[in-house]
Amino acid sequence: MSGRDAILGAVRRALKRRPDDKVARAAVEARMGAPKRGPIPARAQVGHEAQVDLFEAMAVEQSATLTRVARAEDVPGAVADYLKEHNLPPRLRAAPNPELDALPWDSQPLLTVARGRAEASDETSLTGAFAAVAETGTLMLLSGETAPTTLNFLPDTHIVMLKASEILGPYEDAWDRVRAAYGPGKLPRTVNFITGPSRTADIEQTIQLGAHGPRRLHIVLVEDGPMNRPGNGADDGP
Amino acid sequence: MRSTARTFKENAKAAVADPQLRRALDHVKSGFIGKRAKAAARLPEFDALRDAARDIKNHTLDHLDLYLERYEQNVRANGGHVHWCATAEDARAAVLEVCQRVGAKTVTKGKSMISEEIALNDHLEAHGITPIETDLGEYIIQLRHEPPSHIIAPAVHLTKDLIEADFRKEHTQFPEGRSLSEPRDLVDEARQVLRDRFLKADVGITGANFLVAETGASVIVTNEGNGDLTQVLPKVHIVVASLEKIVPNLEDLSTILRVLARSATGQEFSTYTTVSSGPKRAEDPDGPEEYHVILLDNGRTQMLGSEFHEVLRCIRCGACMNHCPVYHAIGGHAYGWVYPGPIGAVLTPALIGVEEAGSLPNASTFCGRCESVCPMRIPLPKLMRHWREREFERHLSPAAVRYGLAAWAFLACRPALYHWLVGLEMRVLGALGRRKGRFAWLPFAGGWTRHRDFPAPQGKTFQALWAERKAGRAP
Repeated sequence: MSGRDAILGAVRRALKRRPDDKVARAAVEARMGAPKRGPIPARAQVGHEAQVDLFEAMAVEQSATLTRVARAEDVPGAVADYLKEHNLPPRLRAAPNPELDALPWDSQPLLTVARGRAEASDETSLTGAFAAVAETGTLMLLSGETAPTTLNFLPDTHIVMLKASEILGPYEDAWDRVRAAYGPGKLPRTVNFITGPSRTADIEQTIQLGAHGPRRLHIVLVEDGPMNRPGNGADDGP
Repeated sequence: MRSTARTFKENAKAAVADPQLRRALDHVKSGFIGKRAKAAARLPEFDALRDAARDIKNHTLDHLDLYLERYEQNVRANGGHVHWCATAEDARAAVLEVCQRVGAKTVTKGKSMISEEIALNDHLEAHGITPIETDLGEYIIQLRHEPPSHIIAPAVHLTKDLIEADFRKEHTQFPEGRSLSEPRDLVDEARQVLRDRFLKADVGITGANFLVAETGASVIVTNEGNGDLTQVLPKVHIVVASLEKIVPNLEDLSTILRVLARSATGQEFSTYTTVSSGPKRAEDPDGPEEYHVILLDNGRTQMLGSEFHEVLRCIRCGACMNHCPVYHAIGGHAYGWVYPGPIGAVLTPALIGVEEAGSLPNASTFCGRCESVCPMRIPLPKLMRHWREREFERHLSPAAVRYGLAAWAFLACRPALYHWLVGLEMRVLGALGRRKGRFAWLPFAGGWTRHRDFPAPQGKTFQALWAERKAGRAP
């Protein structure tokens, strides 16, 4: 008998269930087909502007830093300023993401921008985000052609360009957005929820940032307003 | 790992007498309790979330066979492999088989209690494969050849001086005169040493906090980012997980995640929560080429449907041990096996036998703090009591305990005799102790009087006072 049959047999004996139990199967199908939300914290169920403010407050509390810019065109300048301010070399490894490619990098002639997955020698990465969860100041990044996962973990400094329209209240809203993009029951290879920079408290319970992942997490927030949110098609407007 | 749970009493005695351990354990009391309380107080929905989390796991366990089937189907649809392993031995063999097939020399590891449970590192080493623990706490205890002493803070029994000494001994590539006195220095040095290991590893092994049936995904929750570097860089990712880690869908996952970090470290959310589905896709620039899940039973199906069923709701947050006065006094190693604290007192006898670990469920005052903070509302004291009952039924408790309990039961079933005897005893003790008001020594009470005096009874017994009071009130 295979391990699979032995284990499933033991589970069914323990639960006193026959494999053809229709009621139990129906309960499982229902839960898979129409997932129900648990209690959603009230703090996440606020208007969009309040969600943006909550996201900022929670992310900063978790030792991320955040700069707001009015337009996407301002991102290269904000990134260059951040690097200068922290005495970091003016070099970036950016995600191969058309949206990042389209930014006016020419405005920062001192900044070198390479594209692709992270190499061991990369000091700073720049990525986009798929969504952000205001509830706990958490970024949601999905792996894919335009988003190598190594950029989120290997470099010492991780800079994320986040649009205000990507900020949602609770995690469940972010999952809805993933389902809308990938189809029900389908996920990209990796979903990374990131809340602040890497840390450890393994030595005498004192928190130290930069254990193995990035020492710094910086968010450049583009205030593009609440447009293009899920459910807000171009026709029905804000 | 080899169990020393049988010698729990000796282990505990040695632990209590260890001043270095006392200093280290002070951090548990001062840190975890306050942080959890603050995080719980900040979220008005916290208790409602605990109820919801409990209900999710109850539903899942009641349909475990169907969710396991659905989970496996989705892992395969994602291009991954599921290895069903009934025993620790099966799981070790399955991991080794994958490592050997790809010619692995070094394996990086994220923190995994299941890996400790199946003693994976020793097995890999015995076959010429070098396992490298990458969680800082796990790395430190691997250098020291010690088991973890806490399920989420494996090196909590150590002070920084000891860690500094280990690093000086092991990291001989660095100058001797370097400063290592601060936690910051130690973290930086470990980061530097392990970075190279991450890049060179052939296989990455992680545990899983959850397995999601809806999508066939495994989920790890970490703060350091080591688990992510472990799984994204090597060409093979192996997940070792026990079968009760299943949750139905992403909404259920989100609900339980809301109570996990708050209960564990008092964080609003852990730094990294990573949901992984299968190997890299054709369009992915990075990620592993192979994805394997070692799905372990190792005694869980024996607990399912038994009086220990509820312990399968555990999400391994560590809140029970963080709040346990016994754990505070003796630390994790005294428990003698992988899982310390109240959760260990329930789980260990189930996994390695009550003959071996019968002392653990007895090492509790039943103060109830563990149950009061458990995010999954597991009635830990009740489950420990079940083990005591089993131990008694199987004649495993010591003769003195058995005869003592039998004598007490005889009296307790005869209240008139009981009251008369106790009343007599109190009068005798009261008369004997009248001069000093206390006893430095009493027969059959050595366990008490060795550490403190026993006060001499004064006046009447509670029962006598109660009877008088009732009589006085009556019209």
